[in-house]
Amino acid sequence: MAIIEMKNLWKEYGDQVVLERLNASVEEGEFVTIVGASGCGKTTFLKLLLGTEDATRGELLLDGQPLPAEPDASRGIVFQRYSVLNHLTAVENVMLGGELESSRWFGISVGKKRKQLRKDALEMLESVGLGPAADKYPHELSGGMQQRLALAQALIKRPRILLLDEPFGALDPGIRADMHKLVLSLWKSQRLTVFMITHDITEGFYLGTRLWVFDKPRLDPQAPGAYGARVTYDLPVGDCENGTLTSINQRVTRTSRVLNDTL
Amino acid sequence: MKKLINRRPGNALSWALGLLPFLLLMIAYMVASDARLAENPNDKLLPALDSFVQAIDRMAFEPSKRSGEYLLWADTLASLQRLGIGVAISALVAVVVGIGNGTIPLVRSTFSPLVTGLSLVPPMAILPVLFIIFGLGELAKVMLIIIGITPFMIRDLQQRAREIPAEQIIKMQTLGANTWQIITRLVWPQLMPRLISAVRLSLGPAWLFLIAAEAIAATEGLGYRIFLVRRYLAMDVILPYVVWITFLAFVIDFLLSRYSQWRYPWFHQKGH
Ligand SMILES: Nc1ncnc2c1ncn2[C@@H]1O[C@H](COP(=O)(O)OP(=O)(O)OP(=O)(O)O)[C@@H](O)[C@H]1O
Ligand SMILES: [Mg+2]
Repeated sequence: MAIIEMKNLWKEYGDQVVLERLNASVEEGEFVTIVGASGCGKTTFLKLLLGTEDATRGELLLDGQPLPAEPDASRGIVFQRYSVLNHLTAVENVMLGGELESSRWFGISVGKKRKQLRKDALEMLESVGLGPAADKYPHELSGGMQQRLALAQALIKRPRILLLDEPFGALDPGIRADMHKLVLSLWKSQRLTVFMITHDITEGFYLGTRLWVFDKPRLDPQAPGAYGARVTYDLPVGDCENGTLTSINQRVTRTSRVLNDTL
Repeated sequence: MKKLINRRPGNALSWALGLLPFLLLMIAYMVASDARLAENPNDKLLPALDSFVQAIDRMAFEPSKRSGEYLLWADTLASLQRLGIGVAISALVAVVVGIGNGTIPLVRSTFSPLVTGLSLVPPMAILPVLFIIFGLGELAKVMLIIIGITPFMIRDLQQRAREIPAEQIIKMQTLGANTWQIITRLVWPQLMPRLISAVRLSLGPAWLFLIAAEAIAATEGLGYRIFLVRRYLAMDVILPYVVWITFLAFVIDFLLSRYSQWRYPWFHQKGH
């Protein structure tokens, strides 16, 4: 059975239609990359999956059941920023999930349990290349290191679904490539289902298993909010004809112009 | 030659420049005092430096003839105790209410209007009410401090709690946290350094309310003493007391700031 299923999903803010008629189903273990014009509703879609926003119409199912209307441990997330807690050191950030689980009241672990959590956390940090930075605070880490820390923190909880909202947008190309490798290897080893938003269409084309393009098929330049975005392309990655990339690029750019000029 | 805006003093020069205004004030005072005393040796307004030394000696190092106490220390102890109790209770109330209002929408809807309303009541205007309800004892004086600074601290902490990025609260939930854990592991630790800065800011008003309360009803305390000796125009006691109070305020502020920097390095690195 599909892990995520959308049936005629709509999202509106007031009279602005952001997303309309989304229909898709995603199997466990898929890696979906999402591209689209700025302001077309990618983050809004992630918020629906996270449970911080409700759909206006339609159904969003997790394992065939309506998705819980608040964030929980089944869906991990890495935001573009503020993803790690700045008052905890790197290793404490990674231990946090386990600590919250081990003591329902205060979320603080002690003794043997704490040692075990710390050991696991250090291993996790090692695997994202942050071993030497374990006892540093986030403000002492670079942007790329903070994002790796956020990944480690989310993944040690072994969420079934991982949501990534332009997690590497602020990083330079070299580090981005490293992060891609990291995400792919973690995805493979944990059998995650990943939804990742990116602004970089080429990134979307080789990362993951499936590429979604969010775009507005109907677009009224006088009223860009009148129609919502849909999934206009749903492509298996690595399996597309020449010219698709350019054509997607052109369309997304056009939508982006309309959305961001008139705003 | 660099532009003025880019010229920075070295360490030694920085100290010297900082001390200079104090020195000039001292000199100005001594000149003025000498001039007045030359005209009238019994002048009380600007006593000479040796009168201060005598007064300090009398207040701090000789037991009082009436009570046998060392007045300055007894006054200091009494005042610091009231200040400490008042500020501590305020801080505690402010953290609890501030976290409740700042993080839980249902609590905020219930109490936030009340806090806003209370914070607009001028505390000095209800001082007589406090004396009527709590009598002239310690309680009324501590209550004035509490009533004076708590609403402000609550509003400050409530605001700070709301400034915690939504991303972090969502993050906690995706790591499996319940509401109480979000408070103990995210909101509480994030608010601690902010509580310290709220305390530092409210210490000024706290001193004001303390001295006001002591001036009206007390038998000891720094504010009480100043207003007592005012009747004899005893500038030689008042001015050292004022300097002493200022010094105490400075030391408390300094210690809080240092503690915060040592204990919460992550807070001070963000350019706060
Ligand atoms: N809480 C909200 N209230 C009203 N409108 C909103 C709200 N959140 C988002 N929107 C609107 O929904 C549209 C989609 O926003 P969203 O953040 O999903 O875009 P995005 O595709 O993630 O863009 P970007 O690539 O720039 O991050 C925007 O036009 C935005 O103004
Ligand atoms: Mg976005």
